[in-house]
Amino acid sequence: MADIILNKIYVKVWRQNSPKAKGRFETYQVENVSQGSSFLEMIDILNDKLILEGKDPIAFDHDCREGICGMCSMYINGHAHGPDTEVTTCQLHMRKFHEGQTIVVEPWRAAAFPVIKDVMVDRSAFEKIQQAGGYVSVNTGGVPDGNVILIGQDDAEEAMDAAACIGCGACVATCKNSSAMLFVAAKVSQFAKLPQGKVEAKKRAKAMVAKMDELGFGSCTNTGGCELACPKSISIAHIARLNREYLSAKLSD
Amino acid sequence: MSSFMSASIGRKFFMSITGLFLISFLIIHLTLNLFLTFDDSGTLFNLAAHFMATNPFIRIMEPLLSLGFVIHIIWSGWITLENMRARPQKYEYGDQQLSWWAPSKNMFILGSMVLIFLVIHLTNFYLKMKFTGDPLLSSVNIDGTEMHNAYALVSSLFMNKGYGLLYIAGGILVGLHISHGFWSAFQTIGFSNQVWLKRLKAVAVTVGIVFAVGFSYIPIYFMIKF
Repeated sequence: MADIILNKIYVKVWRQNSPKAKGRFETYQVENVSQGSSFLEMIDILNDKLILEGKDPIAFDHDCREGICGMCSMYINGHAHGPDTEVTTCQLHMRKFHEGQTIVVEPWRAAAFPVIKDVMVDRSAFEKIQQAGGYVSVNTGGVPDGNVILIGQDDAEEAMDAAACIGCGACVATCKNSSAMLFVAAKVSQFAKLPQGKVEAKKRAKAMVAKMDELGFGSCTNTGGCELACPKSISIAHIARLNREYLSAKLSD
Repeated sequence: MSSFMSASIGRKFFMSITGLFLISFLIIHLTLNLFLTFDDSGTLFNLAAHFMATNPFIRIMEPLLSLGFVIHIIWSGWITLENMRARPQKYEYGDQQLSWWAPSKNMFILGSMVLIFLVIHLTNFYLKMKFTGDPLLSSVNIDGTEMHNAYALVSSLFMNKGYGLLYIAGGILVGLHISHGFWSAFQTIGFSNQVWLKRLKAVAVTVGIVFAVGFSYIPIYFMIKF
């Protein structure tokens, strides 16, 4: 298939020099972009141009560029990770855009995710939630033989589905309340369905929800936007499980 | 308990329980109101209204219902304020993930409009029946029992086109609010999973439609028939 070249597109991007600085939008023209290139490659092309012009390149997070690490984080034309489904920004391709289009690029907006520079935000709040209880600390012994601990297929599948969360923050970025419930639900669910995780289930749910609230994330109002934006399609059914885990833990206090 | 009250899930828990309680009240309310359309002499509705005004169980539930409304309203304001603080800066391009009119995104606005309607509704009926009285309420005798002629008051209001349209709007607003609120309440109390999520969403839309159509049907009936 012949490669289609976008002769001219416009990128309207948030520029902010430092966390405390006042930000503003700036619009740049980008020429000769292949529709086969990824969105981040297009930003690379734009940054090369900015550097040659002696300007400050756009700061953005990225690492693996294959949808695994959860580092890339851009809010593109009103969608976290752009106008495609089940992809991260690095997997978004320029074929989703057309000739002459103005593409608006913003950082994740949440009080708990302060902007570091341009479209790069500080997502260490997620790490703090994980550190509050997203682990198994009981002694589970040595590595058991394959089928010593039997786990039902449905439970194993649900735990794996939850564990697919890469912690990119698209759920927070999309939620109108900047709620981190889908992230916390995924991290609680991946343990709640497995015998090793059940020992500390109550402590985990309470600690992770308390940390989430302390860090300034909003409450979940079940809009379901997070599920649609999630590049790993984590279901909001996990949020129901987190609610169940949390309420039963509080009831047994 | 205090940490539960102030926790995000705790706050939502109170919203869910009061919401489900208010829905159960609305089911009774709609059922009784439909009596208005079953008997044009008004006897059936007057008997139902008299039963509601004198039954001891309903008398006990009345202050609880008021409390349910108060908690639901205050907590919604509290949650909305906290949620606004969680996103101090809005997106330039807005949110394109969900439609702007999606009830789930507009619960506070829909709820506020329902509250305005509720104040008008209480002024029209509850206030007159309970406290101030109204010439239309002059008592009737049904099977030897003296009671308010609630039917006369209600039917006269519904025959007024302006109020009729207002009550239709109120019914639709309640229906939209519940089309999200119903399944959302079950989700928040943890009664949901991959299978039940779809079922609850379908039931929520059905309940919302039943309320919207049911409450709108009564003023439409009066506007057309009388």
